[in-house]
Order: sequence, then C-alpha cells, then structure tokens
Amino acid sequence: MTPAGSLLVAQDLHKSYGPTPALDGAGFSIHPGEVVAVMGPSGSGKSTLLHCLAGIVTPDSGTIRYDGRELSAMSDAERSALRRTEFGFVFQFGQLVPELTCVENVALPLRLTGVKRKEAERRSLEWMERLEVADLGHKRPGEVSGGQGQRVAVARSLVTQPRVVFADEPTGALDSLNGERVMQLLTEAARSTNAAVVLVTHEARVAAYSDREIVVRDGKSRDMMLEHSV
Amino acid sequence: MSIGHTLLGLLESGPRHGYDLKRAFDEKFGHDRPLHYGQVYSTMSRLLKNGLVEVDGVEAGGGPERKRYAITEAGVTDVETWIRQPEKPEPYLQSTLYTKVVLALLTGRDAGDVLDTQRAEHLRLMRVLTDRKRHGDLSDQLICDHALFHLEADLRWLELTAARLVQLASEVRT
Amino acid sequence: MKRRLHDLGLGIRFALGGGREGWARTLLTAVGVGLGVALLLGAASVPHLVDQRADRIHGRQPFSAGSEKNTGQVKASLLYASADTEYRDETIGGKLLRPADADPVLPPGLSSVPAPGTMAVSPALHELLDSPEGRLLRQRLPYDITATIGDAGLVEPSELYFYAGSPSLSPDSGASSAAGFGNIGETEPLDPMLVVFVILICVVLLMPVAIFIATAVRFGGERRDRRLAALRLVGADARSTRWTAGGEALAGAVLGLGVGTLLFLGGAELIGPVGLWSFGFFPGDLRPVPWLALLVAVTVPALAVLVTLAALRSVVIEPLGVVRGGRTRRRRLWWRLVLPALGVALLLLSQNPDASSGPLSAVSSGLGLPLYEYLSPLCIAAGATFVLAGLIALLPWLVEAVVGRLRGGSPAWQLAVRRLQLSSGPAARAVGGITVAVAGSVALQMYSVGIHDDFNKVTGADASRAQYTVQAEYPDAKLAERMIGAFRETPGVGKVIGTVASYVTLPGPVASQDVRPITELTLGDCATLRELARIDSCTDGDTFVVHPSDDHDRAAWVDRTARPGEPIDTSAGEPGVPPTLWTLPASARTVTARPDPAGAEHDGIFATPGAIDASLLGSSAHTAAMLSVDQRVPDAAEHIRNTAARVSPLLGVRTVRTLERDQQYAGIQTGLQAAGLATLGLIAAAMLVSQLEQLRERRRLLAALLAFGTRRATLAGSVLWQTAVPVVLGIGLAVAGGLALGALMLRIIGKTVTDWWLFLPLAGAGAAVILAVTLLSLPALWRLMRPDGLRTE
Repeated sequence: MTPAGSLLVAQDLHKSYGPTPALDGAGFSIHPGEVVAVMGPSGSGKSTLLHCLAGIVTPDSGTIRYDGRELSAMSDAERSALRRTEFGFVFQFGQLVPELTCVENVALPLRLTGVKRKEAERRSLEWMERLEVADLGHKRPGEVSGGQGQRVAVARSLVTQPRVVFADEPTGALDSLNGERVMQLLTEAARSTNAAVVLVTHEARVAAYSDREIVVRDGKSRDMMLEHSV
Repeated sequence: MSIGHTLLGLLESGPRHGYDLKRAFDEKFGHDRPLHYGQVYSTMSRLLKNGLVEVDGVEAGGGPERKRYAITEAGVTDVETWIRQPEKPEPYLQSTLYTKVVLALLTGRDAGDVLDTQRAEHLRLMRVLTDRKRHGDLSDQLICDHALFHLEADLRWLELTAARLVQLASEVRT
Repeated sequence: MKRRLHDLGLGIRFALGGGREGWARTLLTAVGVGLGVALLLGAASVPHLVDQRADRIHGRQPFSAGSEKNTGQVKASLLYASADTEYRDETIGGKLLRPADADPVLPPGLSSVPAPGTMAVSPALHELLDSPEGRLLRQRLPYDITATIGDAGLVEPSELYFYAGSPSLSPDSGASSAAGFGNIGETEPLDPMLVVFVILICVVLLMPVAIFIATAVRFGGERRDRRLAALRLVGADARSTRWTAGGEALAGAVLGLGVGTLLFLGGAELIGPVGLWSFGFFPGDLRPVPWLALLVAVTVPALAVLVTLAALRSVVIEPLGVVRGGRTRRRRLWWRLVLPALGVALLLLSQNPDASSGPLSAVSSGLGLPLYEYLSPLCIAAGATFVLAGLIALLPWLVEAVVGRLRGGSPAWQLAVRRLQLSSGPAARAVGGITVAVAGSVALQMYSVGIHDDFNKVTGADASRAQYTVQAEYPDAKLAERMIGAFRETPGVGKVIGTVASYVTLPGPVASQDVRPITELTLGDCATLRELARIDSCTDGDTFVVHPSDDHDRAAWVDRTARPGEPIDTSAGEPGVPPTLWTLPASARTVTARPDPAGAEHDGIFATPGAIDASLLGSSAHTAAMLSVDQRVPDAAEHIRNTAARVSPLLGVRTVRTLERDQQYAGIQTGLQAAGLATLGLIAAAMLVSQLEQLRERRRLLAALLAFGTRRATLAGSVLWQTAVPVVLGIGLAVAGGLALGALMLRIIGKTVTDWWLFLPLAGAGAAVILAVTLLSLPALWRLMRPDGLRTE
C-alpha cells in the first residue's frame, strides 16, 4: 500500500473528539513535489486528517512517518520546530495577524526561525512578488481584499521553502476567479520548489489542480488513483 | 444509456418474464420514457444470441411470448464490467449513472464505489482541462472553464447522490 | 426621549436575558463596578466614621463639677486618674477609678465601678493579657479581671483599654473628680495642610476607581458589538444600537451597585475589627453619608451609560459587522497640556497656608481660621488635581507617540508593538488609573516625608539614647526616694535620679509691663543633686543657686528670683492662691549645672529635703525620676513601666523618643502605599480581563500561529510586552509627574525635597502588575493555543 519514495505517509489513523470518531482508519501518502487533494463532504474528517499529518494534532492510534521519522514519537517542541522549518500552512481565513503589515506577516515564520528582520523581509518581498502582491507590503491585512490576503498567506506558507505545504480550503472564502488564481500560483510555486502540497478542499475545480485525490468519507480514506490503476 | 445492460442487471436478482422485465424497468428507470415491448424482445433476442441470457422456461397456454429469461455467468460478468466502468464524462449522463447506482443497489454491489470511480474519472478529465487552461490562451481558458463548470455540476450531483445512498437503497429495495 | 428609554430597556433585557454568555458579561461588569462602588462607599463613610470616632473619644472624657458642661450642677461623684501606659509598640489607655459617693457616675461601657483590686478591660486587652506576649504587662496590671468594657466605651474594636478600681485614690495623690462623662471639647479648626492632604488623598484614590469603573463597563465590548450588529440587521438605527449598548452597561452598573453594597458591608465586617493601618473601627460606625451614597448611586450608572455612548462614538456598527474607527487622526498634544499647565500655574501662585501674610490675610472665613488659610489649600488641591488629571490626558498621547516610534525587535516584541500601534487607547486608559495612583502617592509621600524630616530636625532627639522620665503630677519627696530605690533594681536601668520640682517666683508687686521673675526649684537628696550640678560638699539642709554652664543672661535671670537670704513664693504666683513664702537660706552657694541622664541642664534653686518641706510647693510641683537605660536589655522599657506601676499606678513614663509622631507618619506612609497598591491591583484586574477577552477574540489566529510552529514563549512574550510597554510608560509619566508635583508642593511650604527615591516601591509594584497580568493570562493563552481553534465554527 505504501508507495516507495513517499515523503509523508500515514497509516490506519484513528482520532476521536469525544464519542464521535473523526478518523477511523484513514491513510495517506505523498511524494515530494506532488499535489494531493483531500476531498470529501463536510464533517468527513478531512481537516482532522490534515491536522494529524501536520503534527498539530496527535492521532489516538496509527502511524505518521515524515521523511523516515515517526511523528508521534516526537515531542511537542520537536513537532513545532518541524512545522516552523519544514511545513507551510494556508488556511481558509483568520490566519493573518491583523496588526502586522502584510510583509511582516509573510516574514513571521522566518523570524520565528531566527532570521534577522531585514533579511526575512527581503525574502518575503521576493515571494510576494511571485504571488503578485508585492505592492501590498506595507498595508495591513484589514486593508487588502480577500484574494490578496490569501495570496499573502500563500506567500507566507512558502517563504520558509517548506517541503510540505498544508492548505486547508485555501480558496474557501474566495470567488472562483480569485480562487483559481490562488490555486494556480500556489501549485506553480510549490512545483518550482519541489514542495509537496496537501490540499484539503470540497471543490472539484480546486481539486483539479492536484495530481491525485484522496476521498475521505466517515473517517475512512480512499486513494482513487491507486485503486484505479491497479 | 444501455438498455441491454439494464435488463441484464434486472435479471441478476432472478429469472423474469419479458413482461415483468418491462414493468420493473418502467418502475425503476422509465420515469419519462416507458419501454416498448418491441424493445424488450429485440434486446432479449440480441442478449440470447450473445449468450448473456438463456431461456429458463416457456409457460404454456398464456400469451404469444411467455418465455422466462435467466442471466448466464457471462451475463453477470458483463454487468459487473459495465457497472464498474466509469462513464466517459459528458453531458447528460446522469440517467446512466443513476441506472448503474440503482442496479448496484439492487444486485448488492457497492454503489458508493460506482460513484467514487466516476468521480475519479471526472476529476481526471478536469485535471486535463485545468492543465490545458494553464498553458492555453484566453479562448482556451474560457472553453475549458465551460467544460469544467459542467463537470463540476456532475461532480456535485455525484457527491449529493453519495450522501443519499442509504435513503436511495431503502427506496429501491421496496 | 421615549425612543431612547425604549432602547435602554432593550439593552437591559439583553444584559439580563442574554443566555449564559450574556449573564457572564453582565456579572463581570457587575463585579468590576461593585469593587469600585465598595471603595466609593468606603470613602463616603469616612466623614461619619471620623465623627463617630470623635464622639467615642469625647464620650469617655470626664468633666468636672465646675465645668460648663455640667449645667445641671451635678456634684462630683467619681475620682479618677489617668493610668495610660505603653507596652512595646502598643499604647494602652487606662484610668484608675474610685467612687466618691454611693451612686457614682460611670464612664461609657461600664456597668459598675470596678472594686478595688479589680479591673474592667477591653476584649483586645483581655486577649493580650492572657497570651504569653502579655506576661510582662500582666505584672504591671495585676488586678483581677472582673468585667469587660462594652463597645460604647471603646474607640475601636482592637483598642487596649482598662478601668481599674483603686482603694486609695484621692485628690492629694493626683486624682481628679468627675461629675459626668461626655465632655465635648472645643472643636479644633481643621489644619489647613490636613485639608490639602485629605483632598489629595480623595483625588488620588477616587480617580483610579472612576477609571476602573469606566473600564469595567466596557468588559465584553467586542462581543457585544457583534450582537448589536445583528440588531442593526433587523432594522435598528445606529443611534438606538448605541443606546441599547448603554442599557446593557446600565444593567451591569446597577447590578454592580448591589454587588458593591454587599462587598462594602462584608468588607466592613471583615476589616473593621482587624483594623487598616492601625486604624480600626466598629463595623456599625461605617455608614456612608446619605447624600454621598446617593451621589454614588446616581453617578455610577450615569457614568456607565455615558462611557458606553462615548466609547461607541468611534465604532461604526453596521448590519453586517463592526467597523472600529481606524483613527487616521493623530492624538493632539496641545489641549492635553492645558490641564497640567493650569495646575502648575495654580501651585506656583499658591502660598504657604501657614504663612499669615498676603492680600487675603485679613478676611475672615467664619470657620475659625482666616479665609486665606482655607483658600490657599483649595488652590493647592485644585492645582494638584489638575496636574493629576492632566497626566491621565497626557498618557494616551505619550503611549501613541512612543509606540509609533518603536521599530524592529523580536517577533514577540513586534507583535506587541504593532498591536499597540493599531490601538493603544484601551491600554492607555486602563494604565491611566495606575498613573494617577502612583503620581499622587509619590507626591503625597514626598510631601509627608518633607514635613516629617523637618520635625525630626527640630527635636534633635536621638532615639538610640532612649532616656526615660517617670513622673507623678504631685510633690512627694518620699516618692522620689522610693522611685530611685526601685529603679536601681530594674533590669537595664543605669543612672537614676529622683526629684520633686516646682516653679517658684519672686514675691511682691511687679510693674505691669514687666514679667514676674520665675525659676525652677528642684528638691532632691545630695546624691541626686550632685548628678545635676557641680557640687563639692553637700549635707542635708543645704541649698544651692544653680547657673547654666554657658548662658550669662539666663544666669542673671535665675539670680533675680534666687536671692540668698530673701523670701521666695513657692506657690508660683497662682492666681487666687495666697503666696506661700519661703526664705532661701543665706548659706546657699552658687554652682554650675551639669547635664542630667537625659541630656538636659537644670538651673534655678536646688534644695535638699532638710531645707524645705515638699508640701510647701504649689500645684505645678511634680515628682519625677530620670533614668538612663541600656537599650540592649530586652524589654527594658517594659520593666521600667512595670516598676513604675508597682511604685504607683499613677506614674507616667515618658521617653524622649519621638515615637508617637514617627508612628503617625509611618502610618500615613504605609497607608498611602497600601492604597496605591490596592489601586494597582484593581487596575491590574481590569487589564487582565481585557487581555483575556482579547485573547478569546483571537482564538482562530492563535491556533493558526500554533499551526505554523510559533513557540508558546513567543506569544507569551508578546502578551508581556503588550502589558509592559503601556505600564512602563504610565509609571514613568507618573513618577515624573509625581516628583514634580511633590517638589512644587514642598516649595509652597518652604521645604526642600529630602528623598527623591520614594517612588521605587511603587515602580516595583508596577513591575509586579506587568508580571501578574502576564502570568495570569498564560493559562488562557495555553488553552486557546489549541488546534480546536482551527475547526470551523
């Protein structure tokens, strides 16, 4: 079941919030540079799967291996460090710090890893340029549109040159044009840095930017591509 | 939509007379377009010729053609292949998909599987279109988008049907 | 108007019927307002409390048969003598009583005069005497305890007081006679400087309370704004939503009045018996002055509504959300400087209230002192109030100006600074309370210390030498001898001398504009007299004329009365008393004085007991023992007092230490600091609540930050800086303002600043506030920094 050369592999994940199981034997795998869509109806456990894969949430049982290391064996601090340096994140909304300017928001993950402010902001501006929002650098998130804000968030998720980007409904709050543009920029940027993208979405047109999809239903996952090719 | 596969599927749950087959078909799938007797008999004779069905028995006395048909091993395999095979994503295929889902439910196959397979097929095409859009000019993009939106509508329907499978199953089996 | 009332009513319904969350918010506001109201009610009770205290003190003052108070011409029926004493750091009041007839008058709190050898004690004294700490005191007060003094006879619940029955009390041995109790002495005019003090204390304590109440009614504001937006969606206009918000605040404030009243009553029961800064009271005496209580009851809800309406001015509540007025306009400085400038000007123009010159000095006020003596304190109080209020106005500008210039730094610092840059108003407002409290306390402390040090210099007393004088208010040469004997055997006592001293005058007519020559006559045995003057030979019956060691004028003054061979009036020329003549023997030699054990020189006439009968001496005569004491002996003072009590309960023991006033000033100091600290605590609570609220609003953001690997320490750091920056600025401003104010006030009374570092404890407390608010926010921060926040609501 586990394809060789996978960067991040999860098997038989179980996770419950209270009595209701959010994950019930789900699995997952992704290669470097691959974009994998996680699809499924609301409440199916998509986001929980993403949180587990990213080491934000610890599953009740099951294994998650990232780059040969078992995530559940790591301490909270180690997983935080991993998220800072190797992972990037884009969420649906509410992720930009409203007080910081856009460029400071993008620079924040770099600053958290100890990069000097000047250097961090220089690199941030490069990424903002790639995502076509360089001119927003000194505005605050409250002063830019939703699509622009989401591009800033994408720039932030990529600025540390992560090996995996986790995107949870990154276009959920955007119209189709803006959503497509964000997806286009995200996948292009990720491919150019050979970063893997875990894309949680319920929208087919967004999932169409992926190389492969995984369907989560009632806490169980199905890798359609894998079964189909067999 | 393949009437032959549909009738084969209906036979899978047990041998039936031509008349029964027409009634069952109309009841489950012929909401807007009831089947003619002629269509039933011409289809059955084609299936007989291909060895997918066999005549189970002839009732004496009754009407002109009181033959009872049963599905053969080859017929079951044919139905299986047909149901599992995702349809080529194109407009107005939901009646075929619907037929497949209902038949899967009737014959105890995994209907969710049918839908997921179809979804994967849709997405595969959507990926192709999205990729084309990415590298094409504006007119390419607009044309691809049109197709994408239709495919997305189908996919939504697939999602919705998947969410209602339990309800559908209980209705179909009555 | 009717609409507004309707909107208010809607708000009240929201506050009380808004489900669990609505209740939580209303309760939070109510508790906050309640704390403030309790303090206000406490302040409003002070006048009544002071009156009650004065009444209690006066109520047990005896008056004599001849006094004005005795209008019914009751004859004296009780003999009493004061037997006050000290025990370690406590003052113990007491009287010896002896009935003069079968139906003696009684002091309040007693049901009968204690029989000889027994005493009635206050509950606190009873407790002390029964405890191991009171062992030495028990030796001094060996009487059987047969009764307890009722509350009516005590000034405060923790007062140490006793009434002992005496078998032998007589007017000859220093007793007075009482015809009744309840001597209302003449009301002393209030010291003008004290008026300044009281006004300033009120300002310093009440301004932060007002600020705190204003902060408390804003608790839960952001959530409420969203609720109001929903109200707009169903068609309410902007104005009526503001009034609805006002109604919510009103409900919280009115509930707060209730909570405050309960806290006040509970607090009175709790604090009264224990006492606050050595000032206890009977809970029943703590009653707010009605009109002040009414003022609180009206002002607080009105303040709540007004503050809410004002706060919502900068907030636009739209049907689909809340737009906080991103203030593009910078805060202006000039009008914020008007108040402090006005205050400084008033202070510079004010004159010393104790100085009796100036243009207004002749105008009478009708209050016992000339008008200027009241006007000037008012100017000072107004000036100081303006300066303090000005500091509150200056702070938001200062915070904005400073924060706007801050750049760079670590992510934690950057997060905090950016947050403050975006909206420093709430933080600056809360810290404003700290600023007033600290600035006021610093100024008042400087002021009180300035006066206090001045007083210390005047006396020049050196407490480490700790000399004691034991004194009886009647002449008794035998007593003096007995005291010498008894004290010599008391642990810790070095030199002892015992004397009977009295004033004597030159008899005969004196020119009307001339002062009658007068000097002191000291009666003691040869050993004692040798301690006080350089005497070579001395036998009983000798007399001496004693000159001060280096003051010729004074020596000449002594010689005008002390003329060997000439008569002297030993009754000291008391009016209405015929002169008692005694001739100073011609053999009297002139000698030079030397310092007594307490360091003072005595001049005049020295006589041995054989030369004059002590009973010839007039009413100014007293018997005294002077002792030098080795302070290293533990409880030396208590042993001396015990010995004195054994010799006679009527002996008063005094030390030259300035203990009494020291304690008074120390009391003011600790009082000010405690009040400052209490205010800091209150403001810290308010800051904590807003901090927690702000954190809760940012759940999703915190979860996102956690997702991309933000260390908890980084966020904790940002919370710390976010509190620290405004508090440090506020305290800095407060210290600068307080020092300036204190220096100005000292300048007015012509004193110089003696201690520039008094603000340190309060600055330290400020640091503690920063830490406390941060630490207490952390659990909530940890709880909110969970992936749950990422899940869509």
